[in-house]
Amino acid sequence: MSNSIELAGVTHRFAATTAAALENVSAAIPAGCITGLVGPDGAGKTTLMRLMAGLLRPSAGTLTVGGVNPVAAGDELRAMLGYMPQKFGLYEDLTVQENLDLYADLRGVLGAQRTASFTRLLSFTDLAAFTERPAGKLSGGMKQKLGLACVLLGRPKILLLDEPSVGVDPISRRELWRMVTALTADGLSVVWSTSYLDEAERCSHILLMNAGRLAYAGPPGALAARMAGRSLQVAAITGNRRAVLVRALHAREVMDGVIQGSRVRIVLREAGVAPALAPLEAGPDARLEVVAPRLEDAFIDILGGGPGGDSALAEVMPRVTVDPAIARTVIHADSLTKRFGTFTAADHVTFEVPQGEIFGLLGPNGAGKSTTFKMLCGLLVPTAGAASVMGIDLRRHAARARQRLGYMSQKFSLYGNLTVSQNLNFFAGIYGLDGATRAAKIREMVDTFALGPYVEVTPDALSLGFKQRLALACALMHDPAVLFLDEPTSGVDPVTRREFWAHINGVVQKGVTVMVTTHFMDEAEYCDRIGLVYRGQLIAVGAPDELKRDAASAEVPDPSMEEAFIALVERHDTEAPAVAA
Amino acid sequence: MFKRLLTLITKELQLAFRDPQSRKLLILPVILQLVLFPFAATLEVKNATLAILDQDHGAESNELVQRLAAARAFPTPMLVTSQAELEQVVDEQRALLALEIPSDFSRALAAGRGAQLLAIVDGRRSNSAQIALGYAQAIIQGYSDERSAAAGRPAPSRVVVRNWFNANLDYRWFMLPVLVAIITTLGSLIVTALSIAREREQGTFDQLLVSPLTPGLIMLGKTIPAILIAFGQATLIALAAVFLYRVPFQGSVALLYFSMFFYALALAGFGLFISSLCETQQQAFLGVFTFMVPAITLSGFISPVENMPLFFQGLSWIDPLSHFVLIVKGIFLKGFGISQVWPNLWPLLLISLLTISTAYWMFRRRIA
Amino acid sequence: MSRSPSVSWRRLAALCRKESYQIVRDPSSIVIAFALPVILLMIFGYGVNLDAARVRIGVLNEDSGPDAALFAAALGASPYFEPHPSTSRAELTDWLIAGRIRGIVILPSDFGARLARPGSTAPLELIADGAEPNTASFVAAYVGGAWQSWARQRALDKGVAVAPPIDLIARYWFNPAALSRNFIVPGSIAIIMTIIGALLTSLVIAREWERGTMEALLSTPVTRTELLLSKILPYYVLGILSMLICLAIAVFIFGVPFRGSLALLILFTSLFLGSALGLGLLLSTVMRNQFNAAQAALNAAFLPAMMLSGFVYEIASMPAPIRAVTYIIPARYFISALQTLFQAGFVGRILLEDFLFLVVSAAFFLGLTALQTRRRLD
Repeated sequence: MSNSIELAGVTHRFAATTAAALENVSAAIPAGCITGLVGPDGAGKTTLMRLMAGLLRPSAGTLTVGGVNPVAAGDELRAMLGYMPQKFGLYEDLTVQENLDLYADLRGVLGAQRTASFTRLLSFTDLAAFTERPAGKLSGGMKQKLGLACVLLGRPKILLLDEPSVGVDPISRRELWRMVTALTADGLSVVWSTSYLDEAERCSHILLMNAGRLAYAGPPGALAARMAGRSLQVAAITGNRRAVLVRALHAREVMDGVIQGSRVRIVLREAGVAPALAPLEAGPDARLEVVAPRLEDAFIDILGGGPGGDSALAEVMPRVTVDPAIARTVIHADSLTKRFGTFTAADHVTFEVPQGEIFGLLGPNGAGKSTTFKMLCGLLVPTAGAASVMGIDLRRHAARARQRLGYMSQKFSLYGNLTVSQNLNFFAGIYGLDGATRAAKIREMVDTFALGPYVEVTPDALSLGFKQRLALACALMHDPAVLFLDEPTSGVDPVTRREFWAHINGVVQKGVTVMVTTHFMDEAEYCDRIGLVYRGQLIAVGAPDELKRDAASAEVPDPSMEEAFIALVERHDTEAPAVAA
Repeated sequence: MFKRLLTLITKELQLAFRDPQSRKLLILPVILQLVLFPFAATLEVKNATLAILDQDHGAESNELVQRLAAARAFPTPMLVTSQAELEQVVDEQRALLALEIPSDFSRALAAGRGAQLLAIVDGRRSNSAQIALGYAQAIIQGYSDERSAAAGRPAPSRVVVRNWFNANLDYRWFMLPVLVAIITTLGSLIVTALSIAREREQGTFDQLLVSPLTPGLIMLGKTIPAILIAFGQATLIALAAVFLYRVPFQGSVALLYFSMFFYALALAGFGLFISSLCETQQQAFLGVFTFMVPAITLSGFISPVENMPLFFQGLSWIDPLSHFVLIVKGIFLKGFGISQVWPNLWPLLLISLLTISTAYWMFRRRIA
Repeated sequence: MSRSPSVSWRRLAALCRKESYQIVRDPSSIVIAFALPVILLMIFGYGVNLDAARVRIGVLNEDSGPDAALFAAALGASPYFEPHPSTSRAELTDWLIAGRIRGIVILPSDFGARLARPGSTAPLELIADGAEPNTASFVAAYVGGAWQSWARQRALDKGVAVAPPIDLIARYWFNPAALSRNFIVPGSIAIIMTIIGALLTSLVIAREWERGTMEALLSTPVTRTELLLSKILPYYVLGILSMLICLAIAVFIFGVPFRGSLALLILFTSLFLGSALGLGLLLSTVMRNQFNAAQAALNAAFLPAMMLSGFVYEIASMPAPIRAVTYIIPARYFISALQTLFQAGFVGRILLEDFLFLVVSAAFFLGLTALQTRRRLD
């Protein structure tokens, strides 16, 4: 049997009246390899996963999973299927061993086979040392590994993994990938759903979903190959690369563009038809280099091109003026230390961010990056050291400092039950805007972000993209000089992400300083400088290209951002004992 | 500052009333309890079941049985024929009270001697049975008095009772003012304890904390809506009490709202205190429940505080409900003025001061 | 369709073990199951006392004669009163308004004179605090009783012929001292079982949905029956343990007699837990949201158990439509069984009726939950 799963005309709607979550999807998923199920949020990935796991009955069409109908032959299916839902159901009060015991009992893994499976899986997942630890106390990456181990008990033939890498740092993500790849060697068929296109690129086969429809099925390389000759980089830019990007996106020949470290990466509408270099004003040495196309380029192409580089927001934001005395240190972390009991979450973290810079904090889960971030925006009080924003000490003049900063988190902390206009009014109100000023500002935000048709709708009913616009509008209502972004585009599709960064680039041009935490390497490329936090310490600071250069080695002469991240963390691990000794 | 506070209050009220589900949770239980409680929660005894075993069948016993059977207190009297049957109907709770008329009853009365009746009372429901016994006693007494009068011999005189504030001892006059205090608890606790936990879970609390709002202002932004919601619910019940249930309102409306303010403040204080201890909505819910059940039980709503052991009377002193129950009842039925309200008002003030400052202190400590 | 057996003991045991670990490690379940029952039993046992013992009354004696003094002394000797003599009517009125006393007995200046002239009304006035209707009735009954026996005794002492009385001798079966605690404490067990059964379980299935563990369980070979049983059995055991704690407190701390058989008590508790657990699980299954399920449990289980079960308020006294509603409240039957088992021991007819209704309601709620439990998400 060459196909492990076959879909024929599968349609699913949750209620007769609503739009279909899946519309007429027909595809075959080959056996013995990893098939990526790729698409933005809301594309229908989870619905398709649940249909394949027999947890939903399709409204129309047929599915065959491992040769059986998942609903009619549920018992047979469950005997050969491993399914790991998006937020995998580990019992957080139970220890690692107790979770394994439970799933072993449920899947009928007994006797000698049980002992052997535990030994195999614990060594496979590197969890042998943590069997007595409650699952709730594991890091995000370890939780996913334990989830995988639980699913692998009973040796399933088909493995369905729904976004296993969300919220997992690059190191754990790489390990997870390595494990699953090893499993396919034994003939396991894996469906791995993801919204990260770089991850999908490594699959041997992908199903690309968009808005409930199948946009592409086949090997990822073939899709990327369609783009051959259309991906270029503007190298050796002197001057402002953000402005170069905006100008490049204005060129008729350019379909899409992003910032990549010190360079600007563009995708052409037609191979070989490049824009003239001069109007980009990228400096005398600037040149165009053809680079290998990526899956993301093809995906943007399928969606009809990127969103453009203009930010309506930048046009209405007032220019931020900063006292020259503090322009070099708009954000200042001075020996920031936070201890929880005996555990030191952040250990003498020191850095400065000048005005108009995007500073990124990167680090594995639990390394202390969000602790540092929270101390800088005033959500946590440091045990020692000081944090200041715009030269104002956060501890001593909290209210004054907070009036100057905007904050947006990955959860888009909006009031889900209030309407868009009530949310806008609320955030304007708590920052002290009132009367005509408030009305004008809200009107401006509604126009800028095209929220007009939605003012009476609740955010819960908005798409992720609009939710993000609203959250950004709320965070910028009071014209802050500093913007804090906590994993702002996690789980967002590439088009929405580009739009978001166009806005951020726009406000930075107006002198706003941005501080961002992220797991997302694409996002890291937008930063002017990156601080790498590991084990509570700042182990490296520098521009993305500097960090990549720093991490380059004989084996990997030109590392990607992710490779650089992993290399730097591993290097610290090998050097740290020496330092301690 | 005032405008920012106004923004917080508006948001809280919009949150409470915009979502149909939370709107229902604020209004439906109030209406349900308003319909149910005044009728269901009564310690009056109506429709009491009485069994009579007449072993005499004389003229006097017949007369007495007639009178008992005709009494409104016992709409369905039961005549039993044997001792065994009498025991059975009491055992099986078909009769709350059983009267046994001995075989020499008529003879003794005719002879001018005193007679005895035996009443068997179901002790499993001793409270209602005692009240039913009182009804039977009054009927028998009336009969006895009439006989003596007819015979020209004076019966002992009877005490005339005047019930002040509630002449007919209508239980609803007692219940409705108490409900003004009781039903209001849940609304204000939800807005304080539960909504803070929900904001924590949804991340909007962080959003408030990074804004220039001070902790005090954030707490005030929760306290004032809680007070407003308490006022709204209490007004609804008070209006129903006066216009639907015709409970007299003797006191001053201004004084009622004045004391209600301190009551709502004390409740909000407890709510904030609970929220400062809780991380999740589930814990907050449990906290609210653990506070509410004892608070209602010890408030004097089911039985008077003075009947409780001293320790529990002490507990009831720190229960804002017990004070406010006395205040509302006093204002409704007794026309309390400020001097009569004061002894129960200052404890409320003290309670709110203590709970709110503790909550504030814990709140600040958590952010730090 | 399903070829595997509906219950595998191994899987069921594994699920129950998991549930027990969760109960033991989650402090809030322990609080609900063990601390809350003790607290509530104490609160109900001591806080709800319907026996008006030693009611404070004011006594205003305006007559300086010996009879008035004698009667006032007789009131003082009564076990039912704590008299507070005063010479100022205004002061007593203030006390009554403030609620410091529940009644005023006024012996007017012509008390002695009127006593000499026979009449149908007593020469004294009694004012009761109608704002506490229950206490007011007690005050009226006890002052009336005290007056009657005092007047009769006085007449007899003086050799005055009075009409012979018809004495009503009351015998309290099952509860000779007529202590309200003897029925409140057993009744509270039903309230506590409602909390454990409905409130705690209303959270547990919703919690699995919210945390995503349910989806993971559904993709394993677990059957519907196993899933349900694994939610019922551990909480059932918890309920029975907590009932035994309540029984011990009732008997050893409150001194409430337990005359029935322990086996029957466990049987009735099991049946009631069947309804309560069923209702909690049903709400949890249908709502899939802890917050709403718990609120609904409060309104659907706890309030009816408090108000409509005969726990404190006599069902017979309620108006007919509300009385009709009480027939579908499981707590009504459990409370009836509890009061019978504790105080009467065994009354076949009552227990049989309670048994039948409880069986039906347990079957109804558990059956409905089973119907609502799906193996799929849609």
